[in-house]
Amino acid sequence: MDTFLALGQGFLVALEPMKLLYALIGVFLGTLVGVLPGIGPALTLALLLPVTFKLDPTGSLIMFAGIYYGGMYGGSTTSILINTPGESASMITALEGNRMAKAGRGGPALATAAIGSFVAGTLATIGLAFFAPYLVALAIKFGPEDYFALMVLAFVTVSATFGDSPLRGLTSLFVGLALGLVGIDILSGQSRLTYGVPELLDGVEVTTLAVGLFAVGEALAVAARRHAAPEEIEPVRGSLWMTREDWARSWKPWVRGTALGFPIGALPAGGAEIPTFLSYNIEKKLSSKPEEFGHGAIEGVAGPEAANNASAAGTLMPLLTLGLPTSATAAILLAGFQQYGLNPGPLLFAEKPDLVWGLIASLFVANVMLVVLNLPLVGLWVRLLGIPQPWLYAGILVFAAMGTMAANPSPVELMMLLVFGLLGLLMRRYDYPVAPMVVGLILGPLAEAQLRRALSISLGDPIALVQSPIAATLLAIAALALVAPFLMKGLDRFRASED
Amino acid sequence: MSLFHRATLRGVLAAAAILGAGAALAQSDLKIMAPAAPGGGWDGTARAMQQAMTASGVAKSVQVTNVPGAGGIVGLAQLVNQMKGDGNQLMVNGFVMVGAILTNKAPVTLAQTTPIARLTEEALAIVVPTDSPIKDAKGLAAAIKADPAKVTWGGGSAGGVDHIAAALFTQEAGADPTKLNYIPFSGGGEALAAIIGGKVTAGVSGFSEFEGQVKAGKLRLIGVTSANRLANVDGPTIKEQGINLEITNWRSVVAPPGLSADQTKALTDAVKKMSESAQWKEILKQRGWDSAYLDGSEFAAFLKAENERVSKVLTSVGLVK
Repeated sequence: MDTFLALGQGFLVALEPMKLLYALIGVFLGTLVGVLPGIGPALTLALLLPVTFKLDPTGSLIMFAGIYYGGMYGGSTTSILINTPGESASMITALEGNRMAKAGRGGPALATAAIGSFVAGTLATIGLAFFAPYLVALAIKFGPEDYFALMVLAFVTVSATFGDSPLRGLTSLFVGLALGLVGIDILSGQSRLTYGVPELLDGVEVTTLAVGLFAVGEALAVAARRHAAPEEIEPVRGSLWMTREDWARSWKPWVRGTALGFPIGALPAGGAEIPTFLSYNIEKKLSSKPEEFGHGAIEGVAGPEAANNASAAGTLMPLLTLGLPTSATAAILLAGFQQYGLNPGPLLFAEKPDLVWGLIASLFVANVMLVVLNLPLVGLWVRLLGIPQPWLYAGILVFAAMGTMAANPSPVELMMLLVFGLLGLLMRRYDYPVAPMVVGLILGPLAEAQLRRALSISLGDPIALVQSPIAATLLAIAALALVAPFLMKGLDRFRASED
Repeated sequence: MSLFHRATLRGVLAAAAILGAGAALAQSDLKIMAPAAPGGGWDGTARAMQQAMTASGVAKSVQVTNVPGAGGIVGLAQLVNQMKGDGNQLMVNGFVMVGAILTNKAPVTLAQTTPIARLTEEALAIVVPTDSPIKDAKGLAAAIKADPAKVTWGGGSAGGVDHIAAALFTQEAGADPTKLNYIPFSGGGEALAAIIGGKVTAGVSGFSEFEGQVKAGKLRLIGVTSANRLANVDGPTIKEQGINLEITNWRSVVAPPGLSADQTKALTDAVKKMSESAQWKEILKQRGWDSAYLDGSEFAAFLKAENERVSKVLTSVGLVK
C-alpha cells in the first residue's frame, strides 16, 4: 500500500500546471531533436541538458523524462517514414515500418508505434514502481556466462531478418561480425584492424552503419533505379488511422514486447537492441500472416517498438535503485541528478522519496503527453512521403550526414557513412538483406567480450558456461529454437506421407 | 522540413546558451572540448565547468563539444593539429588519457599541448563483496601472493586507472604483475553489478562509484588509494595497511599548442577564477570530487612524472611493449 500512497504523492507533484508545462516542453523538444537521423535519445539528452539548468530539481527531472521519451519516439518516426533509424534500437522498427509507409500505411505504422510506446512505457513504469527491488536483485545475479547465453539466443533469432535466402543473410551477418572486430579489444586493450587510423580505435559506430546501409543506401538505390522504373510511393492508402484489424494485430505484440523489453532492459548489460530482435522473431513466428513480414507487417512494428520503450523504463531501474547507469542515456540522466547533488543508489528511495516518485509519476505524464502530441501529428508526418522523390531523398542524405556529424564530428566518420551507403546500394542491387549486418555489429563484440570475461573468471574452464542455471536455461531455449523448425518440418512431411 | 528543423535545432541550442549564461560580468566566449562521448567523466567535468564558468561570470558563454574516440586520443589529435593557436579553446583530460596515448602508440602526446591546470582528483577504492572471506588489504595481498591468477579483479577499461591500480597492488603485494587476472568491463554499472554479484574476487574503481553500495552494506571497503583518509569515509587507506599504493584519478584542462604567453595567462586566470568560485566549490561537493588545483610549471612537471610512472606499469603488465 505504501507504494500506492507514494505514487499518489508523486502524481500530486507531477500534475501541477507548471510541471505539466515542463513535461510538454520536454516531450516537444525531445521529439524535434530526436527525429534527426543518427541522433538518438542519449545525444538528444546531452544537447538539451543545459536547458534544464535553471529549473528546480523536480521540474528539471520532469522535463528530462519528457525529453527522454520524446527522443525515443522521434527516432522511430524517422525509421518508419524515411528508413533512417536514429539509434540501433529502432533499426528493427524500420524493417516493417518503412515497408508499411511505402505501401501507404505510414499512418497506422506511426500510430501503432506511438500507442505501443505508450502501452509499453506505462506498463513498464508500473513495473518500475512495484517490482524494482526484486527485479534488481535478480538482475545482479546475471554473470558474464549468462549474458553470453543471452547473446547466443539472440543470434539464433537473427534468422528472422534474413529474408528469402539464408546464405545471403549469413553472408551479411558475417560481414557485420567482421566489422565488429575493428577497434580496441576491450579485454586486452590492443587494437585490431585499425590500420593506424585513430578514429577506428573505438570501432565502427552502429548508428553510422545503420544510417549508411539504410538511409544512404536507399537514397542511392532510388537514384540508380529512377530512370528504369520509378517506384510509386503513395502517402496514404486506406485509412490514416489504425483499423479494427490493426488494433487486433497490435495489442498482443505490445504486451509481449513489453514483457521482453522491461526485464532485459533492467539487466546491467542487457541493452535495448536484444529485446527488439527477440520481439521481431517472436512476432514473425506467432503472426497469423507471417507472409506479410518483409512487406510491411504491423506486428513487426508494434512488438519491437514496445520492447524498445519498455527497456528504456527497465534501464531506469538499476539507475534509481543501485545508481548503476547501464546505458549512455542513463549516464546522462545520472549527470542530471548530480547537478542537484542527488546520488541515485540504494539510499535514494529512502532519502528523497518525493523526488523519485515525482519522477516515476512524471514518466506516466510524459507518456500521455507523447501520445497527445504525436497522434495529431501523424497526418502531418505522412505528408512528408508526398514530397517528390528527388527532394525527399536529397533531404534524407543531408540529414543522415548531419546526424552522423553531430554524433561524431570527424571526416573519417563521414567517409565511413558514404562507404556503407555504397555497400548498401550494392547489397540492394544483388538482393542481400542489410539488417543482419547491423545485428552482427551489435551482437558480435558483446558476445565476444562476455564469453572471454566468463572464461577469464573461470580460469579457462569452459564448463562454467553451462554451470549457471540461467545460462543453461537460455542455451536450452536457443537450441530448441534452432532445432524446432526442422523437427516441425520433419513432422509435417511424416504426416503428409501418412495421408 | 529541412529548414524548419535546422532552425528549430539552432533555436534550441541558442535557448540553451541563453539559459546557461545570464551573468552580467561576462568577458569572453570559451569552448571546452570533452574528448569523449556525452555521459562520461570528462564530459561531466566539461559540463560542470560550463555551469560554473557561466554562473560565476568568468565567461559570457561556454560551448561544450564532444569528440569521442580512443580514450581521448581523437580529441587530442584535433586539439594539437587543428586548433593550434586558438586562445579560447580548452580540452578536458585526465589520467586515463596518459595510458591511452601509450597503449595506442598515439601520434600526438600531451607534451604537445599547453598545460593549464589540474582541477580535481578522485581516490580509487578497492572493495570485495560483503560475504567474501577477505577482510582487509593484508588478506587480499596474501591471496594474491598465494596465486595471483586466481584473484579476479573487476574494473574499468584495459589500461585505465583501475587496471593500473590493480597492477600496482599486485606488485606491492609481492607477486608477479604479469599474472594479474584483470577483467575490464565497459561501463561502471556493469563492473559494479559483477562485483556485488560475487562474480569477481575484488573490484577497483573510483570511490564514488562504490560509495552508495558501501554505505548500504552491499560491498566491503578494503581501502582507498589516497595518501590520507578521506574526510567523509569511514575506512582506512591502502597505504596505512602496509601496501605502498598511492594513486588518484585526476582530471585537468589543457589548451592547444602555439599560444602566446598572454593567451596562456588569460586561460589560466579564467580557470583559476572558476576554480575559486562558490559555484565550482558547490559542484565539487555535489559530485564528491576533491579539488586538486595545480597550475603552471608544477602542473607540467606533474604530467611528466605521471607519464613515466604509467609507462612503467603498463610495460610490466604487457600492455605496452
